[in-house]
Amino acid sequence: MTTGDKIKKAILYILLILLAAACLFPFLLMMVNATRSGVEITHSFTLIPSSHLTENWKIVFSYFNLFKGMLNSLIVSVPATLLTAYFSAMTAYGLAMYKFKGSKVIFTAILIFMMIPGQLSLIGFYNLCTKLHLVNSYIPLIIPAVAAPGTVFFLRQYILSALPPSLIEAARIDGAKEVYSFHRIVLPIMMPGIATMSIMAFIGNWNNYLLPMIILNKNEKFTLPVMMATLRASTDIQSNQGAIYLAVAISVIPILIVFCFCSKYIISSISAGSVKE
Amino acid sequence: MRASVTGRPAGGLIEGTDMAKNVVKQKKSNLTRYNRAGYFFVAPFVVVFLIFSVYPVLRTLYLSFTNAKVTTLNLQMVGFANYLRVLKDKYFWISLWNTVKIWGVNIVLQLGLAFLLTIVFSDLKYKIKGLGVFRALYYLPNLIAATSIAFLFKTLLDWRYGTVNQILNSVYVALGVSKAPVDWMGSPSTAGVVISLIQTWMWFGNSFIMLMAGVQGINKDYYEAASIDGAGRWTLFGKITLPLLKPILLYVAITSLIGGLQMFDLPYLMAEKTAASYNSVQTVVMYLYKFGFETGTTQVGYASAIAYVLFAIILAVSIAQIKMVNKED
Repeated sequence: MTTGDKIKKAILYILLILLAAACLFPFLLMMVNATRSGVEITHSFTLIPSSHLTENWKIVFSYFNLFKGMLNSLIVSVPATLLTAYFSAMTAYGLAMYKFKGSKVIFTAILIFMMIPGQLSLIGFYNLCTKLHLVNSYIPLIIPAVAAPGTVFFLRQYILSALPPSLIEAARIDGAKEVYSFHRIVLPIMMPGIATMSIMAFIGNWNNYLLPMIILNKNEKFTLPVMMATLRASTDIQSNQGAIYLAVAISVIPILIVFCFCSKYIISSISAGSVKE
Repeated sequence: MRASVTGRPAGGLIEGTDMAKNVVKQKKSNLTRYNRAGYFFVAPFVVVFLIFSVYPVLRTLYLSFTNAKVTTLNLQMVGFANYLRVLKDKYFWISLWNTVKIWGVNIVLQLGLAFLLTIVFSDLKYKIKGLGVFRALYYLPNLIAATSIAFLFKTLLDWRYGTVNQILNSVYVALGVSKAPVDWMGSPSTAGVVISLIQTWMWFGNSFIMLMAGVQGINKDYYEAASIDGAGRWTLFGKITLPLLKPILLYVAITSLIGGLQMFDLPYLMAEKTAASYNSVQTVVMYLYKFGFETGTTQVGYASAIAYVLFAIILAVSIAQIKMVNKED
């Protein structure tokens, strides 16, 4: 490599690092400003943390309990993710391994509903929930996770490429029941694919805003994003920017921590999603 | 001839196939028995799918032909009246144009940036290291809830006290010029662009990961063969990388479009209803939300029609995109 090439390479690295910094900088500002008072923030800009963290903390938590929001988000996201994982695997296996009347119809419906935007059914969905008296309940946020067309589609492809049918036939000869084979043979083999889709499902559920906002209207039921959105209406907290930064920081930090440990899995799950299509 | 090869009389062979046929038949009847288990495996999905996915879609379709306001009691059918109203509604078209504009600026920047990064990281000459770390950092903003992102940037971009204007101001002071602070979210000329840029910031890492996965899936032999034939870096990119990436590119573009036309969280939380910019950042789903759920303006029938017109548009554009890419082949 010539000297010119080395310089070019160095410039490329600098640009890449600057871009990475641009991704992190807003979060850095957020953390610094979370420790500064409203007055300090309105006066000047700095990257040196100040000493008003506890003061801001008190303002935030006198307005709302973000930890309650996180707990509510967990109560919704964890079961929804588990349901998506288990039932999508089950459906995908049913569609990939068995030939029965109607399986083509179901698969076509899955393909169609992957293209249909969620907002299309928003009004009908809410209408259904009022009829079933499910407004303000977590059921409409959890149970529909059983039917996740995109996940079923992905896992069906996964089974077709990773699960040899002879394996199931061998189990049949040994007298294994179909359900037993599914739990003991199929699920373990599918685990990498299921984990991939579960990560995406969990993030989607955790960050979901529009649907919980429509379904939930009692403060104590609010999930984290819905709770965060109430900042919009509050004038007390709006007047203190330090408190807003702290609220945002508290809502973001759990995801940042998860990301530090799982970024590898998260990234590979996105790559998998694109290549397997 | 065959018999002599296998060393068996021809008759035996026929007998053998008959036996094989019987085995197949038996196996088939066994299979149908097993296949019945398929119903059991798909049953929970089908039940929940019918109730929570299919029914709402059809129910919305039905409501779009009614005069439903707040409640859905005593409905009257009004035919295509709601649809005609959507087509004539100036604010619907403004909101559609806003959505397309915000999405369009974002997708060009997002794919452009993702492409540049893909070229840099797949370059055989420079062999840039650290893909894992860079990829993770570029993807990070995508992981954060849009609600949190919205308040973070809303506060950073506040025109009086926001950090962005403070930084700009210190730059101005250093340069010795004086400029009035920009009201980023308040002025119609900047609000849409700001949202586009935040979207780009949130999504370019995602596109980059997908494109990069596609490049890594391309057989290295192609490049080697072409290099031996004297193809330069840009020829390699134009003749090998780009054509082979097309399916992934199409996938990224279509999913981005379907998501982009449904844009809601960011503009809804960042825009001020009273600001001059509101009409330049109101998206279709914000408009739908206004009629579907906001107290005082609820007209469920009309909102349902808006949803279906949006769906028709998404469908038409998706099909057009697929056709366009297939035509080029």
